[in-house]
This record gives sequence, structure tokens and C-alpha cells, in this order.
Amino acid sequence: VAQVTFEEISASDFFYRNRDIAGFTNPSRAIFAAIRELVENSLDAAESLKIPPEIYVRLSFEGEASKETQIYKLRVEDNGSGIHPRHIPSAFGQVLFGSKYKLKQQRGTFGLGGKMAILYGQITTHQPATVTSSVGGMAKIYDFRLMIDIQRNRPIIVDRKILMNKEQWRGTIVEFCLEGDYLRAMPKIVDYFKQTAMVNPYANLTFVDPKGRLYKFTRVTGEMPEPPKETLPHPYGVDVELLQRLIQLTPYRNMLEFLRNHFHRVGEITAQKFLIFSGLVTASCPEHGALSSDQMNWVEGRPTCSRCGKEAKLSSSKNPKRLSHEEIVKLMHNLKKFREFLPPDAGCLSPLGEELLTAGIQKELNPEFVAVHQRRPATYAGHPFIVEVGIAYGGEVPSKGSFLTYRFANRIPLLYDEASDVSVKVINDMNWRRYKVSPDMPIAILVHVCSTKVPYKTVGKEFIADRPEVRREVANGLREVARQIQHFMTRIEHVDREKKRMGVFSKYLPKIAQFSTSLAGKQRPPDIEKLLKSVHKIGEEEV
Amino acid sequence: LEKKKFKSSMIERKKEVLANLESLGIKTYDQLDSGNFPAITMPSRSTENIFYDPQLRQFILGDRSVRRSARNIRHVKPFTQLIWAAMFSKELSSQRKTSTLRDVYYSAQAYEMSFQDQQESNNIVTDLETILGFSREDFNIFPEERSAVFGDLTIEYTVPGYEGRTLNLTSHPDGVLIGPALTSSEFVKTTADKVIAIEKGGLFTRFIEENVHKKFNSILVLTAGQAPRATRHFIRRLNAELNLPVYVFTDGDPWGMHIAMVIISGSANAAHLRELNTPDAKWSGVWATDIVNYKLPTDPLDEIDMKRLNELERDPRYKDPLWRREIKTFMKIKRKAEQEAFSRYGLTYIVDEYLPAKLEETK
Repeated sequence: VAQVTFEEISASDFFYRNRDIAGFTNPSRAIFAAIRELVENSLDAAESLKIPPEIYVRLSFEGEASKETQIYKLRVEDNGSGIHPRHIPSAFGQVLFGSKYKLKQQRGTFGLGGKMAILYGQITTHQPATVTSSVGGMAKIYDFRLMIDIQRNRPIIVDRKILMNKEQWRGTIVEFCLEGDYLRAMPKIVDYFKQTAMVNPYANLTFVDPKGRLYKFTRVTGEMPEPPKETLPHPYGVDVELLQRLIQLTPYRNMLEFLRNHFHRVGEITAQKFLIFSGLVTASCPEHGALSSDQMNWVEGRPTCSRCGKEAKLSSSKNPKRLSHEEIVKLMHNLKKFREFLPPDAGCLSPLGEELLTAGIQKELNPEFVAVHQRRPATYAGHPFIVEVGIAYGGEVPSKGSFLTYRFANRIPLLYDEASDVSVKVINDMNWRRYKVSPDMPIAILVHVCSTKVPYKTVGKEFIADRPEVRREVANGLREVARQIQHFMTRIEHVDREKKRMGVFSKYLPKIAQFSTSLAGKQRPPDIEKLLKSVHKIGEEEV
Repeated sequence: LEKKKFKSSMIERKKEVLANLESLGIKTYDQLDSGNFPAITMPSRSTENIFYDPQLRQFILGDRSVRRSARNIRHVKPFTQLIWAAMFSKELSSQRKTSTLRDVYYSAQAYEMSFQDQQESNNIVTDLETILGFSREDFNIFPEERSAVFGDLTIEYTVPGYEGRTLNLTSHPDGVLIGPALTSSEFVKTTADKVIAIEKGGLFTRFIEENVHKKFNSILVLTAGQAPRATRHFIRRLNAELNLPVYVFTDGDPWGMHIAMVIISGSANAAHLRELNTPDAKWSGVWATDIVNYKLPTDPLDEIDMKRLNELERDPRYKDPLWRREIKTFMKIKRKAEQEAFSRYGLTYIVDEYLPAKLEETK
């Protein structure tokens, strides 16, 4: 009989054993993922202060590791908010510790990426990572050399230095070694920077690769999107676990206050209505007795009996801390069933906006034509989201026999698993011929989904799941820009036709003149200037 | 120098062709010079406009016409190609050079006017034929296919370098190629009193070996399958200028029958042209009734043969009793026989027995 042993593992141990799910699948994916996670942290750090990001990334060759992999040193510098010295060890040396476990739109959601990168570096090279940081207005710069105690999920401080901050520098520098395959990862990494520049047109990005090649993406605007506001959970999006935590934390002693203060867009009347709907509060009329929610009217915020119009009396609501486990489960189901909650408001979202999106596309693709469209906020399962789309034609957009697709989620480029993404499915399902567009044209399509909770399919965050609400928004957005490109296509078709027409006449009429002169045995060619002019005139009229 | 016995036709014809080409040029030139888009109207060659004229005994084009104008964006290129083809033909004629349809296709490229394919350039040449009313051989564009002639006919060349030279068409035992030089030659004298056109090369050689030209006092023409236009025109000249009756011998099947018919009544494809056919020529065999009467070895008619027979039955050219009888007989016996089938009675049987009998029968 086999012996089964049970043991507890730490969060970092778990991710160490399962690094595939965070995107560190192989040496080429790993190097891409490491760069991406750190750059995204840097972008968030700058944007949180509404400072145009200034990010410098350097990857340098350190030595051969195996036949196909090398050791590289990765250095990422930013001008972001910096990290308070007290938090530095945990922020970089403890998995699942971070500033991102809140409800607002952010690039990362798991507080995992940066640490995974460092964890990966450590297990492949066994060298400490260096983190240097200073928050604004501090006289000192803190410099840590850290390792992670994987089994205990704790940071180990190898060395700690304090430097004078004479130049009032603010930001964070992370530097560590890792094993990887840059040659194979290169196209994706360069793509990643290009696409990041596209949706962050206010950022300066610099990348120096191991060969010493410099990739520089310069900002074209100082404008930045409004930073997202933090928000409370929407009733449609909660689960039992979240309810239990809220109940544990809450200082409120009745359900009415509990609902009003811990949920997004729930006011007093909505809370009352919900409580009656779910049976947690009972209403009664002095004349007609107990009232169900559809036997009531709400007049100037007061509950009344729908038959006699007299004010209904409401029972007091329960203390949330007294709810039994079954009641909590029932509450969760009722929260999802109640139809009168207002949809989540999009203040917690920070879409790019049509202007910035256009600027970004123009900067990176320099197209002949661009159309963008931002959809109104929508929700899925209580999570607000906004879809932004763009379409670009010509310029530096290559024609490669299929549309070039750029997918973004919360301003992160999604580069892998394209075929599984909802946007790609929508694009493939659309009848583009209707819009005078075909895959052999130089066309790029951009889809940006931003949400407090992007419906990723995997922890690797590479593609967006096919949720009907998201699919509908993407499809409607694409239809709008498709209509715009259709107008453009009609126009260039017309101009092309005219050009061709003119070209045909100015090519052949002189030839007819030449041949007929010879055929007729004449010396002097006929005067065809008048004819050629009339062709141009006809052309102009039609344009 | 021996005095010519017959009326010259070729030189006159060439002059006329040149004049027609030039007038097309002048017309176009004048239209351009007066500030108008040049345009040409010509008979339509679409199938709805092709009719059989029983009087002329050939296909002709009806009244429908098409207008090709350089004002129309879709016409301007073919119009240019047409004027170019006319110019090219004029140069050929005046320099007395010949060329082929393939040459036309390639020559255009020197003028930055490439044809898309051979078909496009062939169509333009056919347009030019339609406009001028002359066949392309008249403006020195010849097909690749060649046939041959043998017999006592003396011709005089008109091609450069050979002008005035004469040749007797018995001088080569394989026959003389009916090429551009022969086509443009003048007839000087002949002792022959008939023309025998033969479908197949084997039989043509046999006839020469067996002295058919002497025994039957005839000029032998090898059509080599369906007779090329130049050959059809040559046969017509033999008939018209020398006043010789023409007898056509083909295989005994629907295809052979049609080779004879095209020599006699012309083809629908050449409905825009005249003087390619010889209405008084006779189909002398091999008939379906010959297959029966001479008990020839046969093959069955296959599906394609039967389909062709049905088409021929509906064809207005086949309305004479002889043709109707033969079509019916083919359909009844469902067999076909080649000219060589007579070899079952010995190699010379066809010359000794069959030929004289048939010449007599179809006189």
C-alpha cells in the first residue's frame, strides 16, 4: 500500500512548481515575461502619479548557460512613484504581496509578475536581485540585494545600502540575472515594445538589447488618460468568500448600512428594495397586512402600499454578523438575481480615449487612414468594462495576407494565443467584404479591453475569454470603425479609378496618334492636346 | 520571258489591301486632328450575327455592328492595338515581309503595347480582317499550319529576291509547301484539267507515286486535315483563275465530311471574309455509302462522332440531298472508314478503281 503524505506548500513554492501558469514556460517565453512584467509595473508606478512614464530597459549578455540558453542581466529603470523602503523586501521577495489587490483597473492583477520574474531569475542563476528605489521628496535612495526563501515565501535581505539622493531622483531600478533564449524571444520582445508604445503614446520607452541595438519609442503627447478610481465591488460580482470577508470587516450593525457602504452603486432605496426582495426585511401595510415587493410603490423615497397608498412599515434589518452560512449563500444568489441594481459606473476604468488611441496608432504605424471608436461602458458579471477599437490602413502597416491584429487588455499588449482570443474570433466572423476590406490589404485592427477584471482565460494573461457581453461590445465597436474605413475605401477606390482612367488615356491616345500618323503616311503627328485636356476635364467633373 | 497565260490577281489584291490600311490610318488621323475621339464601326462577329447565305453559299455577317471608340475607357486599349496591328501590317506589306500570329504577339512588345495573351492579339487581327474585308494572309500574317501542292502548274514568284522566277510544281516529289511565297505567286501555265484535294499526307504521297497527276491530269493539294485559310484561298484561285473543277477526298467520317464542307462553303469563324471558299468544289469521298458499297473495313462511330453528326445535321450548309443522304447513312451504319481502308484490296486499288469511279460520279 502506497504511503500518501500531505504537506503544506508556500505561495512562492507553489508558483515555483507551477511557473508555466504565470507565463514562464520555456527560456524564450521566460525572458519575454520577465521584461513584460517589470515594464508593466513601471508603467503603473508612473501613471499612478500621473507622470508621463520614462522607462529604460537593458538586457545584457552575461554568459552561456547551455547549448540553447544564455544568462542575461535584465535592468529596468523607471521614473515612477518608487517604493517605500519598508515595503521593498516584501514587494519583491514575497509572492502574492502587493498593492494591486484592489478594485480598479490596473495592468497586473495578481501581484505576481515582478516577483515571478525575480523568482525565475533566482532559480536559474541563483543570484540575488538588486532593487533600488526612492519615493518622491526623500533625501535617501535605498538599495537592496534580495533573494526569496522559496519554501517559506519570505524575502532574504542579502545586503542593504542607503545612498544620498542629491538629485532628488524618484523611481525604481530592478536588476537581476536570468537564464533565457533572447534570439528566439527577440521578435516578440520588439513587438511588445512597439505595441506598448502604441497604447502608451505618452511614454518614453528605451530598450537596449544584448547585441547593443537600441530601440527607442518616443512619446508624442504629454496628455495622459484619467487615472482610475478605486471602487467597491458591485453586487453582481460578489461570491460567498468576498461576502464573508466583508461581514468580518464591517463596522456596521445592520444590513441596510452594510449594503450601502460596501457595495458599488447601492443607495438607501435600492438597499431597502433589495432587502424586501430577498426577504431579509418584511413590509406591512396598516390596512392590508404583509406586502411583497411587487405590492409596493416607492413615493419620494418612502415605501407605500400600492392599493391604499398608505406608508408601509418595514421591519428592522438583521445584523450582518449574525447571518448563518446558509443565509450568506442565499444572499449571494439573491444579489445576482435582483434586477434593480444600477450598472457599475466606469469611473474605476481608465480607457485610453479616442484621441490618445489615434495618436498611438499614428505614431507607431503612420497609416494613411485611421479610425478609432470607444464604446460606452458595459458590464459582465458585475465587472465594468470598456472596449476601444481602432483600424488603420496603409502607411507602415504591412500587407501579409491577413489582418494585422493588435490586442490589448488594460493597456497591455497580448502577444500569444491570438487564435483563442475573443477579438480574433469576432474579426474572423465579420463579413469584411461588406466594408470593402479584404485580408490582403495593409490593414491593422486594434482592440483594447479595459476592466477592473479582464476576463482572461489563463494566469498567463494572453487572451481574453469569449464572454457574450465582451464579444458584443467588440463586434459593435468593430462595426463602427469598419463603416468609417468603408467610406475611406470608397473614396480611394474612386480616386484610384480616376487615376487609372486618366493613365489609360494618356498612355494610349499618343500611341494612337503615333501609329495612325505612320499608317496614314503623314509626316506630322495630329494635335491631341485638346483631346487629352478634355479627358482630364471629364475626370474632374466625376471627382 | 514567257507570256503569262492567266489574269494576274495577286498584285492588284495587294494594292487594294495597302490602300484600305492607309485609309483606316487617314480616317483615324483626321478624327484625332480635329479634336475628336477616333472611332470605328464594324460588323459584329457575335454568333447571333452570323448567317448562312444560300446565294453566296457561305456564312456572312448580318447587319448588326459594333462601334469601337477611343472615348470609351474599355475600348481605348483594343483600339490602339488595332491601329498598331494595321500599322504593323502596312509595314509588312510595304517591306514585303511575312510574319505569323505569334510574331504579331511578340512584336507589339517593342511598342510597349503588350498583348495579354495570344488570344487577345489574334482577336485584334480578326478585327482588322473584319474592318478591311481581307484575310490576314493578305496583309502578310500567316498561320503556322502548312499544307502542300503537287502537279503540272507553273507559278511565278512575287516575293522579294524571287520576283520573276518560275517554278513547276512537279519539281519536288514531296510537293511544294503552300506558304507565303506560293500564296502570293502568279499562275503562269498548266496542263491540268482538275484539282484533287486530299486530307491525308500518306495518300497524297501515294497519289504522287502512282502518277495520279498524270493519269488524271490533275493538280494534287494536301489539306493536312482541316485546310488552312491560305490553302482554301489557293484552291479557290485554282478554281477561279484556272477554271479547274475541284474534287475533295477525305476520310469517311463526320470530320472528313466537314473538311470538304469548309473548302466548299467556308467556316463560321471566317464569316467576315470572302473568297476563302470554293462553292463549286465537290466532295468525292469517302462517303458513307462508299463504306457500304465497297465493303470497307470500318471502326464504330463513337459518342463524339455521333454528337458531331447531329450538329452537322442541323447545319444549314448540309441541306443538299447528297449531304443529307450521307449523314443519314452514317447514322444508320454507325461506322466510319479511313482513306487507307482501300488498301485491303491492294495498294493501287484506290487509284486504279475507286478514284476514276468517284471522279466520274461527282463530275
